[in-house]
Amino acid sequence: MDITVNILLTIATAATPLLIAAIGELVVERSGVLNLGVEGMMIMGAVGGFGAGYLTGSPWIGLLAAIIVGALFSLLFAVMTLSLATNQVATGLSLTLLGLGLSGMIGTSFVGQPGVRLPNLDIPGLSSIPVVGRLIFGQDPVFYISIALTAAVMWFLFRTRIGLTLRSIGDSHSSAHALGIKVIRYRYLAVIFGGACAGLAGGHLSLVYTPQWVENMSAGRGWIALALVVFASWRPWRVLAGAYIFGAVWIGQLHAQAFGIPVPSQFLSSLPYLATIVVLVLISRNKRLTMMNTPASLGQPFVPDR
Amino acid sequence: MMRLELVKRPQRSALFSVLSPFIAFALTMIAGAIMFALLGVNPVDAFNIYFIQPISEVWQLHELAIKAAPLILIAVGLSVCYKANIWNIGAEGQFILGGIFGSIIPVLFPQFEGPLVLPLMLLLGMVGGALYAAIPALLKTRFSTNEILTSLMLVYVAQLFLDWLVRGPWRDPQGHGFPQTIQFGDSAILPELMPDAGRANWGFVFALVAAIAIWLMMSRMLKGFEVRVLGSSPRAGRFAGFGFNKMVFFTFLLSGALAGLAGISEVSGAIGQLQPVISPGYGFTAIIVAFLGRLNPLGIVAAGLVLALTYLGGEAVQSALGISDKVARVFQGMLLFFVLGCDTLIHYRIRLIGFAAPKLEAAPKLEEAR
Repeated sequence: MDITVNILLTIATAATPLLIAAIGELVVERSGVLNLGVEGMMIMGAVGGFGAGYLTGSPWIGLLAAIIVGALFSLLFAVMTLSLATNQVATGLSLTLLGLGLSGMIGTSFVGQPGVRLPNLDIPGLSSIPVVGRLIFGQDPVFYISIALTAAVMWFLFRTRIGLTLRSIGDSHSSAHALGIKVIRYRYLAVIFGGACAGLAGGHLSLVYTPQWVENMSAGRGWIALALVVFASWRPWRVLAGAYIFGAVWIGQLHAQAFGIPVPSQFLSSLPYLATIVVLVLISRNKRLTMMNTPASLGQPFVPDR
Repeated sequence: MMRLELVKRPQRSALFSVLSPFIAFALTMIAGAIMFALLGVNPVDAFNIYFIQPISEVWQLHELAIKAAPLILIAVGLSVCYKANIWNIGAEGQFILGGIFGSIIPVLFPQFEGPLVLPLMLLLGMVGGALYAAIPALLKTRFSTNEILTSLMLVYVAQLFLDWLVRGPWRDPQGHGFPQTIQFGDSAILPELMPDAGRANWGFVFALVAAIAIWLMMSRMLKGFEVRVLGSSPRAGRFAGFGFNKMVFFTFLLSGALAGLAGISEVSGAIGQLQPVISPGYGFTAIIVAFLGRLNPLGIVAAGLVLALTYLGGEAVQSALGISDKVARVFQGMLLFFVLGCDTLIHYRIRLIGFAAPKLEAAPKLEEAR
């Protein structure tokens, strides 16, 4: 029983950064912007979070720094694609390349240093209830943030007027502009929100998941988060489900490696990436579903005419 | 508070399409100077070590050619993809598979020697790269799966596969347990161009030939026209009878084959055996090369040399100043950012508008409406 609980807890920890980054990117893509820089913003959040936590000794300041660094880094993308109308695919890619390089350079002195870890929630009485106690009341704070964030984004997108406006911009920026909606302003906010989420996800990696700095420690999670958004056909609750499926795959292959099953570890390590491809194929085979949900102006640059 | 506003030019500015890479380069230099200053290094010294010293002697130019060759080969292929608005970003994986396929002969059949070995290896390398690139192409055409994500995921898979090969079945039994294959035999080594002057090998010639061939194709042949039409307007392309699916396969197989050729050229030229890591990110840097070269094969040759210099400079500042060689990646990322930003100037004029003067804005708007 204890083993099952432990496995469930590790799955939640593995799923949390995927969920947060994907939820952020979902909002960005719902506004019609494709930011392929998630991996770069995530790794910048990870190094920023680790650095701030390491220097101040407070994991909370670290987490805050991760969010701010992610948001600031996404601002770079926003200025380029929204104010200068550059190609979103190319700009997103360059954000990722720049993030991987910059984080490696900043993090040189952090390699091998002991980090700080966010403490798990511990409510006297409740957290010690067998089985459910630790699952519900004993996880790391970011886990609760991720669940709350998913619920909040669901409510925001589908139950509020601003959310409706945001979605309408994603479906047709010219119509929204004609109605007098400030397309660029909305998109700026969406991109920065996505950056903050990716930064938070990175902060989770370096302050909870493995509290240390390792170069390239995001290991493609930003890209998997991007795939999750497609897999979820741009719906928050499906992102939640997808993130936990991928968390399970990630943890499953680690456990399989630890048990020493007679398959080379490299093959097991490639499972999350292969699973991403399989899942993308399965979802995109259903053309109607994809067509219906893809924000129609996704990835197209918009220059307001006067 | 200031706001940027883009005003569309009546036609693309010829001036800025020539100037923009240079402006981008200048801006990168300025940002780089600030970065070095922040790191506590005199920017003038740092630039001297980074950009001048690595190319001040003949043998160093050979090193530059070694680094530039794979970048140019890969970027030339990618430029065709991107012109067609098809996004292969997994060249790093195709590079690795090219290296693996090409190494089949020297690793598994080392007794096979002679003048046929090298051509066969190069051919196999191209086949390997093309086959690996065919996967995202097939998934895109069959199931309309996003090629950006699939081609990228395959990079991780390729890296892990190579890692398994050199630690497992292909490991040199006499290699004292080091994760590497046997050293290639003499007939499996890509010859150096001028062994007396430096290490540059035939890979650089392949890169130049590929650049010229693709330039001819894009500017003088129907295929190039097809690529450009489908890239700028898929609908117009369909009316002209150009098949989109065929184009996806053509661009992926072409860029995959060139990346594969780059991979095997690197393995049989600069390295001489397979190792767990055979590329310092050439496949990703080549994306920057493609854009810096304006997706034009001849521009890409120049851009490849510039980006090769950022690698050499990164190594130089690491050994001379103790700065992480990741500084190379930062330079590359900044360069791409500035290139993309400056390209906006080709199609738009940029106006700065202060929020303080909204009335001045409103007046001409009314006139326009009438």
